[in-house]
Amino acid sequence: MMASSYNAKEEDGHHSGASSGTGLSKNKKPDNTAFKQQRLPAWQPILTAGSVLPAFFVIGLIFIPIGIGLYVTSNNIKEFEIDYTGVSSDSPCYNCAKNFTWNTTEPCVCTVNFTLLQPFESNVFMYYGLSNFYQNHRRYVKSRDDRQLNGDLSALTDPSKECEPYRKSGDVSIAPCGAIANSLFNDTLVLYYVDSNNSKIEVPLVKKGIAWWTDKHVKFRNPAGNSNLTLAFRDTAKPVNWAKPVYELDPSDPDNNGFINEDFIVWMRTAALPTFRKLYRIIQKKSGTTPTLPNGNYMLNITYNYPVLSFDGRKRMILSTISWMGGKNPFLGIAYITVGSICFFLGVVLLIIHHKYDNRNTSADIPS
Amino acid sequence: LSSLFTTTDRCSFGGEDRRVGSRTIYVGHRPCPANEVFIPPKFCDNRIVSSKYTVWNFLPKNLFEQFRRIANFYFLIIFLVQVIVDTPTSPVTSGLPLFFVITVTAIKQGYEDWLRHKADNEVNKYRVTVLEDGRRIQKESEKIKVGDVLEVEEDETFPCDLILLQSSRDDGTCFVTTASLDGESNHKTHYTVPDTERDVESLNATIECEQPQPDLYKSLGPENLLLKGATLKNTQSICGVAVYTGMETKMALNYQGKSQKRSVVEKSINAFLLVYLCILVSKALVCTTLKYVWQSKPGQDEPWYNEKTLKEKETNLYLNMFTDFLSFMVLFNFIIPVSMYVTVEMQKFLGSFFISWDKDFFDSEIEEGALVNTSDLNEELGQVEYVFTDKTGTLTQNNMEFIECCIDGHQYKYRDASSEVDGFCVTDGPMNTVQQKAGREREELFLRALCLCHTVQVKEGFIASSPDEIALVQGAMRYGFTFLGLESKTMKILNRTNDVEMYELLHVLNFDPVRRRMSVIVRSISGETLLFCKGADSSIFPRVKQEEVEKIRMHVERNATDGYRTLCVAYKHLTAEEYDQVDSGLREARLALQDREEKLMAVYNQVETGMNLIGATAVEDRLQEEAAETMEALQGAGIKVWVLTGDKMETAKSTCYACRLFKRNTELLELTVRTLESPGKRREDRLHDLLLEYHKKTVQDAPPAKTCVASQDYGFIVDGATLSMVLNSSSENNLHDYKDLFLQICQNCTSVLCCRMAPLQKAQIVKMVKNSKGSPITLSIGDGANDVSMILEAHVGIGIKGKEGRQAVRNSDYAIPKLKHLKKLLLGHGHLYYVRIAHLVQYFFYKNLCFILPQFLYQFFCGCSQQPLYDAAYLTMYNICFTSMPILAYSLFEQHISIEMLLENATLYRQIGKNAMLRWGPFLYWTLLGVFHGLVFFFGVWFLFSNPALQDNGQAFGNWSYGTIVFTILVFTVTLKLALDTRHWTWINHFVIWGSLAFYVFFSFFWGGVIWPFLRQQRLYFVFANMLSSVSAWLVIIVLILLSLLPEILYVVLRKPRGPYARQKLVQSSAGGIQSPRSSARPLLMRTFSDESNTVS
Repeated sequence: MMASSYNAKEEDGHHSGASSGTGLSKNKKPDNTAFKQQRLPAWQPILTAGSVLPAFFVIGLIFIPIGIGLYVTSNNIKEFEIDYTGVSSDSPCYNCAKNFTWNTTEPCVCTVNFTLLQPFESNVFMYYGLSNFYQNHRRYVKSRDDRQLNGDLSALTDPSKECEPYRKSGDVSIAPCGAIANSLFNDTLVLYYVDSNNSKIEVPLVKKGIAWWTDKHVKFRNPAGNSNLTLAFRDTAKPVNWAKPVYELDPSDPDNNGFINEDFIVWMRTAALPTFRKLYRIIQKKSGTTPTLPNGNYMLNITYNYPVLSFDGRKRMILSTISWMGGKNPFLGIAYITVGSICFFLGVVLLIIHHKYDNRNTSADIPS
Repeated sequence: LSSLFTTTDRCSFGGEDRRVGSRTIYVGHRPCPANEVFIPPKFCDNRIVSSKYTVWNFLPKNLFEQFRRIANFYFLIIFLVQVIVDTPTSPVTSGLPLFFVITVTAIKQGYEDWLRHKADNEVNKYRVTVLEDGRRIQKESEKIKVGDVLEVEEDETFPCDLILLQSSRDDGTCFVTTASLDGESNHKTHYTVPDTERDVESLNATIECEQPQPDLYKSLGPENLLLKGATLKNTQSICGVAVYTGMETKMALNYQGKSQKRSVVEKSINAFLLVYLCILVSKALVCTTLKYVWQSKPGQDEPWYNEKTLKEKETNLYLNMFTDFLSFMVLFNFIIPVSMYVTVEMQKFLGSFFISWDKDFFDSEIEEGALVNTSDLNEELGQVEYVFTDKTGTLTQNNMEFIECCIDGHQYKYRDASSEVDGFCVTDGPMNTVQQKAGREREELFLRALCLCHTVQVKEGFIASSPDEIALVQGAMRYGFTFLGLESKTMKILNRTNDVEMYELLHVLNFDPVRRRMSVIVRSISGETLLFCKGADSSIFPRVKQEEVEKIRMHVERNATDGYRTLCVAYKHLTAEEYDQVDSGLREARLALQDREEKLMAVYNQVETGMNLIGATAVEDRLQEEAAETMEALQGAGIKVWVLTGDKMETAKSTCYACRLFKRNTELLELTVRTLESPGKRREDRLHDLLLEYHKKTVQDAPPAKTCVASQDYGFIVDGATLSMVLNSSSENNLHDYKDLFLQICQNCTSVLCCRMAPLQKAQIVKMVKNSKGSPITLSIGDGANDVSMILEAHVGIGIKGKEGRQAVRNSDYAIPKLKHLKKLLLGHGHLYYVRIAHLVQYFFYKNLCFILPQFLYQFFCGCSQQPLYDAAYLTMYNICFTSMPILAYSLFEQHISIEMLLENATLYRQIGKNAMLRWGPFLYWTLLGVFHGLVFFFGVWFLFSNPALQDNGQAFGNWSYGTIVFTILVFTVTLKLALDTRHWTWINHFVIWGSLAFYVFFSFFWGGVIWPFLRQQRLYFVFANMLSSVSAWLVIIVLILLSLLPEILYVVLRKPRGPYARQKLVQSSAGGIQSPRSSARPLLMRTFSDESNTVS
C-alpha cells in the first residue's frame, strides 16, 4: 500500500514544494517594464513590393557589371593544359605508363611537345592536375599526423594510429607517416622553350611560394634539436613508396627540405574533389616587355614516377596566368550575370504587379 | 489500570468484524487486555516525501529517467556508435551537445527537487507535541507514529490525520479550516469521539478504520477526523490520535499527479521527426549502396595510394557494410538536432514567464496575476477550437445578491434598504389576487427557515462555503430575522421584535450535488422538532405536498428565466418518535465503515419526504466583468463555446443570452426532459425523432461551409438526463448511432448549453468532443471543485482564481483571476506562442536539412567514404552556438502582429487554427527550401572549385576550404533567412542575430589561428583567413547567399500583404460592416426575450 502510493508520487514530480514556492512570489503586481510586458520598442520592417523593388534594381545594376567584369577577367586569363598520362599508344609517355614498376632504379623519362599560340604575360603558374584521384577519401584524409609534421619529437618516433597502414615499416616508424605523404606526387616536370633555331632553352621554374605561408612557417616544421636533417630523421624510415628519404627532398636548399619542402606541403593539403590541380612551379615574369612565355614551341620533359593508370587516373600539366580572382573560372562571372539579370527581371515583374495591386487597392478604398 | 476505562473502547468505525481492508490502531500504543495478542502494527512514518531523488541516487536515477525519453535515447545510441565504431566524426560532436542537454536538464530537475526537499523538510522538521505516558514530549513531525496521541494548539496545522479525542472546548467540538486543502475558508466543526472525552492519557482503545484512501470527503467519521493540512481555529487545543501518517494521509494521497498533457505541436514534431528519420536512413542506405557499387570498380576500392589497414581487410564484408551504414547514420545524424529539444524546452519555459508577468492579468481584488502551472501547453492556447466553460463563478461572478422571494405564492421584492420592516412589500405577482400578503405566521416561518437552514458561520461577517447561503441569510436579515451565530449546537436568531430565539441544532443533512438540497433538524425552545430543507425546485417539488407546488412553480420559473438562481424552501414537523428514528438512522449510517455514502443518502431521502413547501427565493448571480465581450471575441475567433453547468436550464439559458452566446436570431434546439415529454410516445422514440430532426436541420440542410453568407445560427440545449440517455443508448436499436448524431448536431451549432450536468458528465462531454473526428483542441475553464474533472480532461485546463476554493486552480494548467483574461490569454499570448513555436520547429528542421544536405552530396565526390565536409568544430557548434540564439530570441520576442491588433481582430485567430503552420503543406515548403539551399550551397561552391586555384598568388584550396566556404554561406543564409522572417526587431533580436554572425567570424579566426595541442589534426589552420583573402571566395559567398534568399524574398513580397498595417487595412475593409457594438453587459433583468418562439418543438 505504502509502496504504491509512493510510486504514484514519483510519476508526477511537480507539487507541494515547487507550487507553494511560486505561490508566494506571485502575490505582488507584475512589474510594468517594457520587457516583461512584451512592449520593447521594435523596428517592424514590412517587405512589400514597394520596399523591395528598389533593392532588386540596385542588386541587378550592381551584379550585372560585376558579372561582366568577372567574365571578362576570367576570359583574359590564359590557360594551357596538356594530358601526359600516356593512355593511347601514340602518346609520348605511353611506354613509361605501360611499363611502370615500383622498383626501378632507372626512372622513365618522356617528352611532350606542345605549342603556345599566344604569349603568356606576367607570372605564369605551372600546375599538375590529377583526375580520379580521391585525395578526399576519408581513409586517406585522416591518414596523417600533424604533430609529427609540426616537428613533435615523440610523434616522430611514435606516429599516430591514424597513419595505419603507413605507420611503421618493420619496427621503424615512418616519417612522414600516413597515406597522404606516402603518395606524394613525384613526377618531375621540366619545361624547355624551343626557339626558332630549334635549340632548347630551359624555362626557369621557381619552386618557392607555392605553399601557404602559414603552412610553410608554422604548421610544418622539421624536428627540432638538430640542424642536420639526416640526423634528425635518423630513427625513421622513408615512406614505402618514396625513392628517397624526407631529408633528401631538396638537398640543395635547407629551407625547402624535410617537412618544410613546399612540394610536400602542397601535396599534404588534400584536394576537395577527385579532379584537382596543385601548384607545381612558378615562372617569374621577366623584366622588360618580353612575355614570360612567348608563343612558340615548348618541350615538357617528364620524369615519369607516378602511376595513375591502375585506378584509371589522369595526369595533366597546366600553365596558367592568374588574375585577382585566381585562376580561370567563368562560373563566377556567369553566376553574377545570371543572378543580376534575375533580380532585374524580378524588379520589372514586381513593378508591374505593384502597379496593378496599387490600383486595385485604391479603387477598392474609394467606395468605403 | 486504574482508570475508568478498564474495558476496551472499540471505537467501532466499522462494526466488529475485522477485515483485510481495515487497520487497527492502538491508541497510545497501549495493548488492550481484552483483545488478542498485541502485535505492534507496522505503518509508515510521518515523513512526507515529495522529492524524487536523494543525493546518492540523483545521478543514476536522473540519468535513467532522462534516457527514457526517446530523443535522448536516440542521441545516446548515436554517441555510443561513434565511440565504438570507427566513424567519420569524433564522439565529441554528438557527445558534447548531449552532455549539455543532459546537464542542463539535470540541473533544472535537481533544483526543482531541492525546492521539494526544502518544502518537505519544513513539514517534516516541524515540532509537534506528543503525549507519551502522561508526559508532553516535543518531537519532530516526521517521527510521529500511527497511534501516537498528539496535542495541537490553536492556529497550528495538523501534522497528520488525527481522530479527535479531546477538545479544550466544553462541548467536545473544535473548529478547523481547510483553506489549504480545498480552499474553503469557512470553519468546520468537528466532534470528539463520544465517551473518550475524559482522560486521554490513560485511554485504552483500539480504532479500526479503513485503509488510507484519497477521497477527502468520503472518510471515516468525517466529523471526528482532522485532516493533515487543516488548521485548528477558535479552539485552544485538542488531543487526537494519529491514524494516517506520512504518505498515507489524505493530503498526500490527493497529490497524485495529473496525467501529462502533450501539445499538438509536440505531436507534429514527432511526425516530422519520423520523416527526417526516414530521410536519414534512406540517405545512409543510398550512400552505403553507392559506396559498394563504387568500390566494385577495379582500382577504386583500394588504390595503391590508399591502402586499407590489416584490420579493415580482415573484417567480414557484411559487418563492414553494417558499420558503414552506422557511420553514415552518424555522419548525417545532425539532421535530427538534439538542440531543438533544448531550444523548444527553453522557449516554453522562458516564454511562459510572459504570461505570469503580464500585468493585464493582474487582479487588484485578489492581488494576484496569472499562474502558469505547466509551460508545456503555451502554444496549445493558440489552437483552441472548443471552450467548455462553467457557468457559476466563471461566466458569473458567484457574488450572490438576494433579489426576491415568494412565500406561499406571494411575491416579495425588497426594494429599498432604508424602508422599514414593512418595506417587505408586495408587488403584483400573478397569484396575489386574493391576499396582499401571505399570513404573518407563514412569513416568519419562511424567514426562520432561511435563518436556520444553512451552514453559515458568523465571524466578522458571514462565512460559508457557498455564497448562496450568505445571500439568503443576508436576505433574511433585511426582512428582520438576523442569524447571530452557532454556539455549542445552539443557533441564535434575532427576530423582528428584537427577541433572541434559540434553536438546538440536532443534525445537518449536508448539501450534495446529487440530492441538490440540504436540510437541518432543529429543536426549538418549545420542544418542537423541525426539519427545514432548501434545494433546487426539481429536488424539492417531488418531496412536498403537491397542492402547494403550483403556486410556487410559476414564480420559480419566472425567476429562472430572469437569470436568477432559485431555491425552494420547505419544512416538516417531526414527532418525537420520528426524530428518534431519524437520529438513530443517521448515527448508524455515519459510523458505517462501508457504503457510508449510500446509507446516509438513504436516510436523508427517507427523512426529506412529505414536507410542506413554504416558498422560494431568487438570488442574482452577476455576470463577470466583460463576460459578454470575451465570449463574443472567442466566437469571433472561430472558437465554439459550450456552457456546461449544473444549474437549471432556465437560469443557464438566460446567462447564455446575457453573455451573447445565444443571440436574438439564434434558433434554439432543445433536447431536454421537457421536450422529450410528449403524449403517447416513448421517450426513446421522441429522442430519436428529435435527434433526426435537428440533425437534418443543422447538418444536412446547412449551406456548404464556403457560402456562409447568411447561415442560420443554431444554439443547442441539452440537459444531464437526456445526455445520459444519448450516451448510454446502444446503437443496435437504431440505424443511427445517437452519439454520432448528437455530436454532429453540436458541432454545427454556434453554441451549446449543457445544463444539469454532474461533474463527471462535464468530463464526459469534453472527452466526447476531444475524441471526435479531427480531434479538436479543447479548453475547459472553471473555478470550482466540480470543474476539476473537465479541467483535467481537456487539452488545456484553465482555473479561475474564484471564490469556490483553489481546487480548480491547483488542477489547472493555467490559472487566471477573471474570465475576461481568457481573451488575451488565447487571442494574444496563445496566438503568438503558437506562431513562435511553429516557426521555431520548422526553422530547426530546415536549418539542419540544409546543413546536412551538402555533406550528403559531398559523399558522391569522395567515393562515399563518409568524409565529413565540415570540420568537427563546425559540426558541433553549428546548432549550439552559431544558429541557436537568433531563433531562440525570435521564438521569445516575435510579434508578427502586435498584441493589440490580435485582440482587436479576433478573426486573426482563425488563421492559425487546425495547426495551420505545422501541417504537411508548410512542412513541405520548408523542406523544399532547405533542399534548395543545400543544393545551392554545395553546387555553387562545387562549380567554383572546378578550378581550386582561387588565390591571387595561384595557390590552391583544399577540401577544408571547400567545407568552410559552404559552411560560411550556410551560417549566413540561415541567419539572414530568420532575419527576413522577423517582423519585430527589438534590440535583443538585433544583438543576437548580428552577434551570432560576428561570433561565427570571430570564432573561425580564433579556431584557425592557433595550433591546438589537443587536436590530432590541424585541419582548419588558417583556412578561414586564407578564404577571406580570396576575392573569389567573397564573391561566391555573396552571390550564393543572395541566390538562396531570393525565392524567400519573392515569397514574402508576393503573398498577401502581411505586415501589421496591411493587415489592419484588410480587416477593416472586409469586416467593416460587422462592427460589434461594444456596450457593456446589460444586467440580466433587462433582457426580454421570448424563448418559446425561438425554441423548436
